[in-house]
Amino acid sequence: MSKPTIIVVGNGMVGYKFCEKLLARSAQFQIIVFGEEPRHAYDRVHLSEYFNGKTADDLSLSTLSWYTDNGITLHLDDPIQEINRAEKTIHSLKGVTLKYDYLVLATGSSAFVPDIPGIEKEGVFVYRTIEDLELIKACAANAKSGAVMGGGLLGLEAAKALIDLGITETHVIEFAPRLMPRQIDSAGSSMLQMKLSQLGLHIHLNKSTAAIVGDKKISSLKFNDDSQLPVDMLVISAGIRPRDELARLAGLHVGTRGGIIVNEKMQTSDEYIYAIGECALYEGMIYGLIAPGYEMADVAAAHLTAADKGFYGYDMSTKLKLIGVDVASFGDAFITEPDCRTILFEDTHKGIYKRINITNDGKNLLGGILIGDAEAYNMLLQTVNNKIVLPPDPEDLILGSRGGETNAGAGVMSLPDDALICSCEAVTKGAICDAVNTGGVTNIDGIKKCTKAGTGCGGCVPLVKDLVAGTMKANGQYVKNVICEHFDYSRQELFDLVKIGGLKNYDLVLDHYGKGDGCEVCKPVVASILSSLWNDVIVKQEVIQDSNDRFLANIQKGGTYSVVPRIPGGEITPDKLIVIGQVAKRYGLYTKITGGQRIDMFGAHLSDLPLIWEELIDAGFESGHAYGKALRTVKSCVGSTWCRFGLHDSVTFAIEIEDRYKGIRAPHKIKGGVSGCVRECAEAQSKDFGIIATEKGWNLYVCGNGGSKPQHAQLLATDIDKETLVKYLDRFLMFYIKTADQLTRTATWLNKLDGGMSYLKNVIVNDSLGLGEQLEEEMQTLVNTYHCEWKEAVNNPAMRKRFAHFINAPEEKDPHAQFEPMREQVRAKEW
Amino acid sequence: MRNPAAGKAHTQTNYNMETVIATRWIMACYVDDVPENGGSCIKHGDEQIAIFNFTRRNEWYATQNLCPHKQQMAISRGMIGSTGENCEPKVACPFHKKTFSLLSGECIGDEDLSIKTYPVKITDGKVFIGIA
Repeated sequence: MSKPTIIVVGNGMVGYKFCEKLLARSAQFQIIVFGEEPRHAYDRVHLSEYFNGKTADDLSLSTLSWYTDNGITLHLDDPIQEINRAEKTIHSLKGVTLKYDYLVLATGSSAFVPDIPGIEKEGVFVYRTIEDLELIKACAANAKSGAVMGGGLLGLEAAKALIDLGITETHVIEFAPRLMPRQIDSAGSSMLQMKLSQLGLHIHLNKSTAAIVGDKKISSLKFNDDSQLPVDMLVISAGIRPRDELARLAGLHVGTRGGIIVNEKMQTSDEYIYAIGECALYEGMIYGLIAPGYEMADVAAAHLTAADKGFYGYDMSTKLKLIGVDVASFGDAFITEPDCRTILFEDTHKGIYKRINITNDGKNLLGGILIGDAEAYNMLLQTVNNKIVLPPDPEDLILGSRGGETNAGAGVMSLPDDALICSCEAVTKGAICDAVNTGGVTNIDGIKKCTKAGTGCGGCVPLVKDLVAGTMKANGQYVKNVICEHFDYSRQELFDLVKIGGLKNYDLVLDHYGKGDGCEVCKPVVASILSSLWNDVIVKQEVIQDSNDRFLANIQKGGTYSVVPRIPGGEITPDKLIVIGQVAKRYGLYTKITGGQRIDMFGAHLSDLPLIWEELIDAGFESGHAYGKALRTVKSCVGSTWCRFGLHDSVTFAIEIEDRYKGIRAPHKIKGGVSGCVRECAEAQSKDFGIIATEKGWNLYVCGNGGSKPQHAQLLATDIDKETLVKYLDRFLMFYIKTADQLTRTATWLNKLDGGMSYLKNVIVNDSLGLGEQLEEEMQTLVNTYHCEWKEAVNNPAMRKRFAHFINAPEEKDPHAQFEPMREQVRAKEW
Repeated sequence: MRNPAAGKAHTQTNYNMETVIATRWIMACYVDDVPENGGSCIKHGDEQIAIFNFTRRNEWYATQNLCPHKQQMAISRGMIGSTGENCEPKVACPFHKKTFSLLSGECIGDEDLSIKTYPVKITDGKVFIGIA
């Protein structure tokens, strides 16, 4: 069976792209291409570079042999004259008649030439093809002054071309009251006009051209206000006209103002004929940019190969450099109050104008305009497209951050993996990072070859560069943030995966998301994640617990363990003190008051642990989790119940808080403190969370740390009541548990957090991520499923059996564990 | 009962006729005395031997229980796992996370340290250790 034939009419950028996309999807078609121009497809977007010394070959999208290599028959310099839909044939100017199974119209557009008297005179040009450029170039050699009709994007490009060609006096004539009316607002236009005027360009707005004056050749322009402007040449750039004449002739449906009407699969009113690029009219709109054209090419190729893809409109954001001036417009650039809030920045000294439109709740970016400095364009566009939550001070996005803090916004590395970086070639952030990570690519050229990103309009190139650098930096400095050789994920990523997968034990997690047999690094990380998610009894999976968690006690010198019952808030009855004394005496334990206001008993043999805990539990004690990456203590001062300065009852609050969060596993240990007044006797500001009584309520501080790098906790909320405080604390702790790297204390976590304290405050207090309720619920689940691990262990014979040093002689203690006397107690023998 | 399996350490010994002749097998404990993917310690005279039930790999290993780093009897309480492209089985001492190959006994990352390894065989749900 012979291959079905697809004939492509038009060998412009989109027609070429269609061939490329179709070949990538299927080899089952015979492809024949007809081009009107003598050249095979070239880069029209960068046409003006033709004047900067680039040759036609440089601008070519492929070599000529690419077509033959891929089995494509290419007819150049031979426009199609007629389509016979009944017989499914086409006829070309040179007399070729061919039968098609499918026809793809990629005829593009032509310059719109207004019907003005004198338009046919010599020295009047359009700006579309390399041939046009060559004509302009020839004429410019003898011209001193020139004008461009049209102050849009292409018009300004053409004006730049005239300057590049040495025209000393260049004018831009625009009918509308502002430049680039489709992209920028009038304030932006004024700034652009000012900049361009400084560069020697003469701009005339609100000018309607009445006639082109001259004998045979243009000599001046005459306007409706009767003024005249003498010029040697004129370039018309007053918009585009879709090339739909062939379609019209064939009886295909076309729009009233031109354009071949297509559906979301790019099919015209004849299902065997497709139209793509600037000749296609989708939902009343012509897409005059390269990226949507490429997208259409892919959609048509997809439909022909029975793949599921549709075209549903396209982001028309643009960025370009006009005669050295950055101009960008993205998202919804024109939306105004009250539908949004607008932030404006204007600097006439430097010629910078920036506008961003944000949602009324301040959470998302809708769009904006940048003149004079468009460095932030890619990041802003990504922020719009990925609906990234704005920083608390969105003005930082256009002003840059002030006051010493690091970069505003999250930076390119924080984009989601599926963020579209190159919209022309549909390349995601993930694909680019992957090329660096696994493809060993280290520069933009490598990325272009490997992923094609940056080969379309080139607008994403800076962003791609940042991504390459960022990814490499991440790899070089601390090798990609992964847990260990068995898991290619960070703790946060694995946390989410385990949660989504509903996985409840280590082997399942390793089978699903890891490789090998695990190790002493990933086992405790997964154990902690499982515990933070499901809060099951940890000794059920004893072998993945870190040493201390495995035996629910801290291993000490000599191989004995220490025992720390919970003493919430540091408050203890005389009876309980007596029990601790009796237990310590009976088992020969060394006792010491800890820094967290409780009592530590050292020197317990492994096999004695269940016996010791049995007695403690009988007396009403619970595990103190001194061995776990979990809440340790909530230290308190004595507070208003006894202290003459105390404002509120700090001990009661500390006990309530400690009881609430006891047993909850986290990336690292958590300590708290509650002080009854500003004297701060509980040293709450050195804790992961610190609560200090005020006249009106309580102040909440977070992310403090003692340890090797002391750091004061920072104020999160002021003068709040207990209920609000617990709410914030729920959110804060859960957010930390879910997002921190393993073995990272809250202080370090905050230091690494993009946006720092102001971001954290926004998440916790202002609920900027909308996660507040979820975090509270997740915490409440953990609170509700609390259990004393030691109670479970001593009451379960199988678990209890593990607390023996010799499995074949469970009654014997380790003879290796040796003690020496010291100050009426014992100590471990030195190693 | 789980499939009785011989560890790699055991297999290697079988290839070495001299060692096989010299090996005296002692019954150490029962299979279910040792937690899956974990270890236990047994007493053999004055000797302490750590036994590992590497269920994930269907392998058993035995080493000395003493960690040579700080002379602590704790290897049996360590976490086991593997490392490298060949998935070398290893155990990490709970004290300072020195890790030792379960095959060779060599300390990974510290050539000066090593621990003794023993062959293991499983018969009728019983764990036997080869004492040289």
